[in-house]
Amino acid sequence: MLPLLIGITIVCFVVMRLAPGSPTDLQTQMNPRVSAEMKERLRAMYDLDKPLYQQYFSWLKKIAVLDLGKSFSPDRRPVADKILERLPITITLNILSLILILLVAIPIGVLSAVHRDSLFDRITAVFVFIGFATPTFWLALLLMILFGVHLGWLPISGIRSLNYEYLSPLASFIDLVKHLILPVLLSAFGGLAGLSRYMRANMLEVIRQDYIMTARAKGLSERAVIYKHALRNALLPVITILGLSVPGLIGGSVIFETIFAIPGMGQLFYMSVMARDYPVVMGILFIGAVLTLLGNMIADICYALTDPRIRVS
Amino acid sequence: MMKSDFLYRFLKNKMAVAGGVVVTLLFILSLAAPWIAPYDPSEVNLQMILAPPSPEHLLGTDQLGRDVFSRMTWGARISLKVGFVATGFSILIGTILGAVAGYYGKWVDVVIMRFVDIMLCFPTFFLILAVIAILEPSIWNIMIVIGLTGWMGVTRLVRADFISLKERDFVRSARAIGAGDLRIIFIHILPNAMASVLVTATLGVAGAILTESALSFLGIGVQPPTPSWGNILTAGKDNIDIAWWLSLYPGLAILITVLGYNLLGEGIRDTLDPRLK
Repeated sequence: MLPLLIGITIVCFVVMRLAPGSPTDLQTQMNPRVSAEMKERLRAMYDLDKPLYQQYFSWLKKIAVLDLGKSFSPDRRPVADKILERLPITITLNILSLILILLVAIPIGVLSAVHRDSLFDRITAVFVFIGFATPTFWLALLLMILFGVHLGWLPISGIRSLNYEYLSPLASFIDLVKHLILPVLLSAFGGLAGLSRYMRANMLEVIRQDYIMTARAKGLSERAVIYKHALRNALLPVITILGLSVPGLIGGSVIFETIFAIPGMGQLFYMSVMARDYPVVMGILFIGAVLTLLGNMIADICYALTDPRIRVS
Repeated sequence: MMKSDFLYRFLKNKMAVAGGVVVTLLFILSLAAPWIAPYDPSEVNLQMILAPPSPEHLLGTDQLGRDVFSRMTWGARISLKVGFVATGFSILIGTILGAVAGYYGKWVDVVIMRFVDIMLCFPTFFLILAVIAILEPSIWNIMIVIGLTGWMGVTRLVRADFISLKERDFVRSARAIGAGDLRIIFIHILPNAMASVLVTATLGVAGAILTESALSFLGIGVQPPTPSWGNILTAGKDNIDIAWWLSLYPGLAILITVLGYNLLGEGIRDTLDPRLK
């Protein structure tokens, strides 16, 4: 884990240094009253007058305590604060869509493996192919046109109505749910195709094993064989895939949060990219990679907890 | 495997043929864009703003009165260009790193594969956006950045092939007659690893086209007035309550294109190695 973490910081640092000119140009270029001496002071403040490796280490020291610098935007707030206040929304949305992916993809995968080459299997195969090829932001647009503009059933932006403060707790909750339906549905859509295919392949692999034949031979019902013996073993590798899907989900949050105007980390990232707010961009890049690393680590631990073979080795 | 045998099995695979047809048609469409497009893609017609589909404008017009069908035909060129150049970059980087890691092994392998692990930690879309924020969005930067963030899978694949191939007899005999490392890597081993690279490349083109359209949709990809499927969709979002045709058709084009490349890629894989099916 540690070498990976150090690697992540190096890549972030290199990306940051790709910027032509120095990061202080942005603050000083527009201002004719800035003297050469003041520019030097700014450079010294950001350690830009020191050699590259020293710059890296002083930057590393700062991010070790989550000091990601101050935003270039007029509010000048610490980057860490700006990210942390938006992180819960993004993580909640991602967890909700992960749950949705699991709830839909696993039954589809299992059923199409158990009834291999049936009509159901063929239809899902077609859907999976189309799902892989569908640009989700386009699907989002179409659903917004259908449910938001034509039918008027669902709101198409934000996570709260303007009047939510005046609603009763229940109405306010329903309001929130209505705002979240489309974003969660769409961010889950991207992962559905992949996971159901993966689940199907796992299940087919497991059904072929000797212990399944043993279970059948000793006269267990087909239900017990599939759902008690096969399913458990086919589910194991899914944990790893969930860990691996974290970067995709987090990356996708940029698109959904921008389309649906959800005030999460993805939207902040997009706005910072547009505004050239480098400290925030780098901060989110770093946090995104760390979250991915954490996701993988949690998946590894869960895998070890559920699969005794891993624990032994 | 014999070439004719490959072709025979490829043609028997319906998915592969369907994908091949779609891809070929797209090639023709983008090469013939100047003759197929009925209007100049950037010709502004302020009297025909946001006109719905009609016989004169098959797929309607956009917010500046430009013909959507013409813009989409030219947009096909952009998609194809980005898809191929970006994939070319990632295949080039991935193949070289994978070959070196697999062939030399030891610490070279450890360093390269660790770097792959590190790069895989970054949500790809974040990395692309961060670099674009610094480099200014332009079609060339987009292609390079998509390429630079997509080589890790290729590296793993090529490395695995090299590890299993480098101990084979034909490589030993090449070494015995005094062939150098470079010659063994590029002339003897690499051609045997090209099959899986070809499949990844085909699927990679589809991925690159999807990424480009998402970036252009967000306004950080191909910049207007250059037409791209993604930035027509941006106009669709801005006029979401009046002009459904701006949202529907470009997305459909992306869907069909990506589907075509995916089918072709899977088809090639099934044909090359029926066991994987």
